[in-house]
Amino acid sequence: MHQTFSAALELDLLHANQAGADHNRAHFDRWGVTCFNLMSGPGAGKTALLERTLEVLTPELAIAIIEGDMTTELDADRLRHYGVPVIAINTGRACHLDAQMVAGGIHVLDEQHSPSDLDLVLVENVGNLVCPAEFEVGEHAKIALLSVTEGEDKPLKYPIMFREADCLLITKVDLAPHVDVDLSRIEANVRQINPNIDIFPVSAKTGCGLDDWLSWVKQHIQSSTRR
Amino acid sequence: MHETDMTRALIVTLNDWWEEQPGQPQVSQVHLVVGQFTCVEPASLMFTFTHQTKGTFLEQAELVIRETPLVAFCHGCQAEYRPTIGLQYACPTCQAPMEDIRSGRELKIDHVDYADAAQDITR
Repeated sequence: MHQTFSAALELDLLHANQAGADHNRAHFDRWGVTCFNLMSGPGAGKTALLERTLEVLTPELAIAIIEGDMTTELDADRLRHYGVPVIAINTGRACHLDAQMVAGGIHVLDEQHSPSDLDLVLVENVGNLVCPAEFEVGEHAKIALLSVTEGEDKPLKYPIMFREADCLLITKVDLAPHVDVDLSRIEANVRQINPNIDIFPVSAKTGCGLDDWLSWVKQHIQSSTRR
Repeated sequence: MHETDMTRALIVTLNDWWEEQPGQPQVSQVHLVVGQFTCVEPASLMFTFTHQTKGTFLEQAELVIRETPLVAFCHGCQAEYRPTIGLQYACPTCQAPMEDIRSGRELKIDHVDYADAAQDITR
């Protein structure tokens, strides 16, 4: 009969993913590229926000997109119209991107593009307010989106996403008057969970609030690649 | 179904440890600490663990989960408090936002129990 031993591992359950994320970030740092991870529930407007962002920023910044989608390339095709490298990653049944999947995207960037000429890589995660929050992919900042149509209580119900995010975009604010939503209530609910988060109400449709978001992007590109 | 992915992450992490061990030990129990302020539901994790470990070195292993509550610390009041997940995260006394989390974010493999044939011989 075998004796039983006990090994104290005290390892993070996501140890392997975290190591992969650190490895990805080391690639970005070596290339002098900033990476943001965009996360939200399905339909909050991540792709629309990226379209507006590319429209304004591509003349001055070199941007690439890593696009996570469970089965299609619909979002990737929308973004290819802007003439930037778009690397589509189909996650299959997985409901989030993980570090290994993004490493695949980084490999394609390295093989087919010149990543050291880039300023910014924007990762569009799979639409999901739960799991992407726990799986780091190597980003320098996490951006969460919440549309006004999703309701004021969502930060309270999905707190991890809003706790982890560095920046929150409250999207589709042009619809706010039609859906009986109180923006200050959303902000207050988020700040209960994460007092230091930057919050910008925006509308990709009308352009309202986008300047503040774009300034945030430019400012954080400088701060994360300053060495 | 993110517990499927969490379980996959768990198996990958345990496999990394297992491959470094001499004599390929037989794992009998895997002890996890799962905080209540994480995206992991212990019951789902138990279910997916049983299914996803079939045919692997963890097939015989039992998963044991200890949950930890969400405990925050209010600097103004110099006191710990228990937020009500889903409803209220600010300090119940002074309404200051939840700044420091003292417990509840754990997603940890605490320890592994195993029978090691190689070590049996030497003892």
